[in-house]
Amino acid sequence: MKMIASPFAKHAAMIAGAMLLGVTLGTSPAQAAGDLPEIKAQSWTFSGPFGTFDRGQLQRGFKVYKEVCAGCHGLRQLHFRNLGEPGGPEFSEAEVKALAAEVEVKDGPNDEGEMFDRPGKPSDAFVSPFPNENAARAANNGANPPDLSLMAKARVGGPDYIYGLMVGYKEPPSSMKMSEDMSYNDVFPGHQIAMAAPLSEESVEYTDGTKPTLENHAKDVSAFLMWAAEPKLEERHKLGFRFMIYLLILSVLLYLAKRRIWSRLKH
Amino acid sequence: MAKKPTEPNRRDFMTIAAASFAAVGGAASIWPFIDQMNPDASALSLATIEVDLAPIEEGQSITVSWRGKPVFIRHRTGKEIEEAKGVKMEDLPDPDARNENLKDDTPATDINRVKDKNEKWLVLVGICTHLGCIPKGQRIGDAKGEYGGWFCPCHGSHYDTAGRIRKGPAPRNLDVPTFEFVSDTKIKIG
Amino acid sequence: MAHESTFTPGNRLSKWFDDRLPIERMMHDQFGVFPMPRNLNYLWTFGGILTFFLVVQLLTGIVLAMHFVPHETMAFDSVEHIMRDVNWGWLMRYMHANGASMFFLAAYIHIARGMYYGSYKAPREILWILGVLIFVVMMATAFMGYSLVWGQMSFWAVTVITNLFSSLDSIIDGLGTTIVQWIWGGFSVGNPTLNRLYSLHYLLPFVICGLVVLHIWALHIPGSNNPTGIDIKTKSDSIPFTPYYTVKDGFAMCVFVMLFAAFVFYAPNYLGHPDNYVEANPLATPPHIVPEWYFLPYYAILRAIPDKLFGVIAFAGSISLLLFLPWLDTSKVRSTRYRPIYKWFFALFMIDVVVLGYLGAKPPEGWYLIIGRLATAYYFAHLLLVLPLLGWIEKPSAMPGSITDDVLGKKPAGAK
Repeated sequence: MKMIASPFAKHAAMIAGAMLLGVTLGTSPAQAAGDLPEIKAQSWTFSGPFGTFDRGQLQRGFKVYKEVCAGCHGLRQLHFRNLGEPGGPEFSEAEVKALAAEVEVKDGPNDEGEMFDRPGKPSDAFVSPFPNENAARAANNGANPPDLSLMAKARVGGPDYIYGLMVGYKEPPSSMKMSEDMSYNDVFPGHQIAMAAPLSEESVEYTDGTKPTLENHAKDVSAFLMWAAEPKLEERHKLGFRFMIYLLILSVLLYLAKRRIWSRLKH
Repeated sequence: MAKKPTEPNRRDFMTIAAASFAAVGGAASIWPFIDQMNPDASALSLATIEVDLAPIEEGQSITVSWRGKPVFIRHRTGKEIEEAKGVKMEDLPDPDARNENLKDDTPATDINRVKDKNEKWLVLVGICTHLGCIPKGQRIGDAKGEYGGWFCPCHGSHYDTAGRIRKGPAPRNLDVPTFEFVSDTKIKIG
Repeated sequence: MAHESTFTPGNRLSKWFDDRLPIERMMHDQFGVFPMPRNLNYLWTFGGILTFFLVVQLLTGIVLAMHFVPHETMAFDSVEHIMRDVNWGWLMRYMHANGASMFFLAAYIHIARGMYYGSYKAPREILWILGVLIFVVMMATAFMGYSLVWGQMSFWAVTVITNLFSSLDSIIDGLGTTIVQWIWGGFSVGNPTLNRLYSLHYLLPFVICGLVVLHIWALHIPGSNNPTGIDIKTKSDSIPFTPYYTVKDGFAMCVFVMLFAAFVFYAPNYLGHPDNYVEANPLATPPHIVPEWYFLPYYAILRAIPDKLFGVIAFAGSISLLLFLPWLDTSKVRSTRYRPIYKWFFALFMIDVVVLGYLGAKPPEGWYLIIGRLATAYYFAHLLLVLPLLGWIEKPSAMPGSITDDVLGKKPAGAK
């Protein structure tokens, strides 16, 4: 991320921005210079100092993840219980149990010393699709599909990048020579990506009336991954607001006290 | 010093207001530093477990781990139930049922030591109420104590077939944890 | 400032303690009635702010250590466990990470203030040297702390920085390699490295605390410098620390904490690097390795020099030269206010450091490299040429007769 380079002038601007306007987002949308392609900032419900996640969007995004991404990408930092926690998709307790029970979890050893599979419980972590990196590479033409738990914080642009990647599949320019099994993508560094376009119109069925367009799928899964990377975002915004108000009042009180005390000095 | 005539008055309202407001904030910010040591979300999520009773045959016991503690589950025989029922209340050092599923002060009759009058199944937190050792009596060859239940080797406490203390230094009966029958052969502890 | 203690115990218990451990007397003398120049501006509040952040870092650090697992396969996940599961864990970690940045920001302002107002000059040389030592230990602590996350940036920063020692191979063959392997506890950065970094990261803050006590002790012998650089001469020049500076420091601290909170709550990862949310992978280096912002100027100096060994020497020299600042500066006038020519060189030096910081994050090629070399050259020229020579040449402007004269706006004697 190049902008950490920008020293005091930009930091001062940032500071003012953060305090007055409330530049939020886990990762800043500022663009890296040079070799990285441009990423367009989208509007998100979770940006801004009062930003919150859209429950419906997170639930749809989870569905996109489950039905499309989960085939190759893990989400190992998440537990099924997280899906019901406040500030997230907030599935009901019964839904969380049902979602957990859909997966087979390895447990054991049992009394015979054997490992066994059992249906998942809310306390279980998400199960990654491949047992290890070698297995993942073997199944994917040598490419390793990264775990997505922190993807929204691990790339410059965060959710904007993920959205850009999802909608960025295009025909390669005629001048570009593509390697076998690679796809052209607008925002991927180097433009050649091993993952074929994962989403298209009606990839996933939506039950809440949202149009199943590519853009909606991309947006929903990006928001879901932002929550997956930063599940305490809402709590953070809420506590931050209260703390800021407190500090503001305290500063005013201290300033007045300071003026009062210093006024005793004769000039 | 430049302010000889008016010595700084520290009782000034503004100063007191600022200082107390700062103190309130300081006090409030202590809480996260304390609360962080409480059981975290991953520990709390394991606070309930489900146990399948179907494979436990009459006369057998199993031990499961719940919140890092052993829980004894015994499928009692008719003889064991009869023995437990035959005990007179005045022979019990601790007359309290110690059953989380019932009100305090419930008498420690055998029927109050089980859930939903289902006397076959005895579920106990397997920790001696004396100083926290794990009593013997779960395995076939274990010493079960003079009353056929459990025996704590640390300081010699004897528990009967309802997990009640009968002899030795332990002050209380073994605790019955909160649990419920999800089905005839399945319980949820916690 | 040598002065008699004015403390009188208020009651018998206080008297009893005073005869045995006069801690109340010390607080009274050093932080209650301690005479301060009456003309300190807000730049003098950063000492208090730094103390505040030292405490914040210690408290949040102790909390994080209760949940962190210093093992190469578990460190990264344990940090995520803190962020997701531990009660208030996300707050503790974001405070600790951004607290480090705020700590450095405050330290840089504090250092720049000392340089501008000549606070390093006699009789405050030891005070200054202790300050530089605190700064060096802070840098080591911050570097080690950043490595504990065991993300890609952590891992490769440790690899690159520890490899600096391998430059010693060009002096004695094998010396550098031996030292590097000793630091690693293996043939590459690995679990033994992580464990020792963790151990030292926990130790060094207590070293900082010790140095801070000495720093304050050394400060309270001559007392604080002030914007005029003129010593306290009469009673009217000074005011007691409490309540005047307690309330002023408190107000400044509160405002600075607002900035801190803005980062913690609204942009907690702005000063961090996305690659550090990818777990360390010893087989793949990220495309750009960039240190945390507070190390960028030194990183630029390191890379400006084409030779590995001399790069390291310049890097070490850029910081250790500061130790000699009291003697490199030959001017008798403390405050830059009264140094008409040095004013401009000081401004140039500040710009130079900022430019170096900017270049520290750019690839060392083309114009970046050329400007980087010029900026590095000026950095050293400022310390080794400008400061010694200017003191002889420069004619200071007229100064006020005393702190009180300055505060009351009396024209300096003989001023136009």
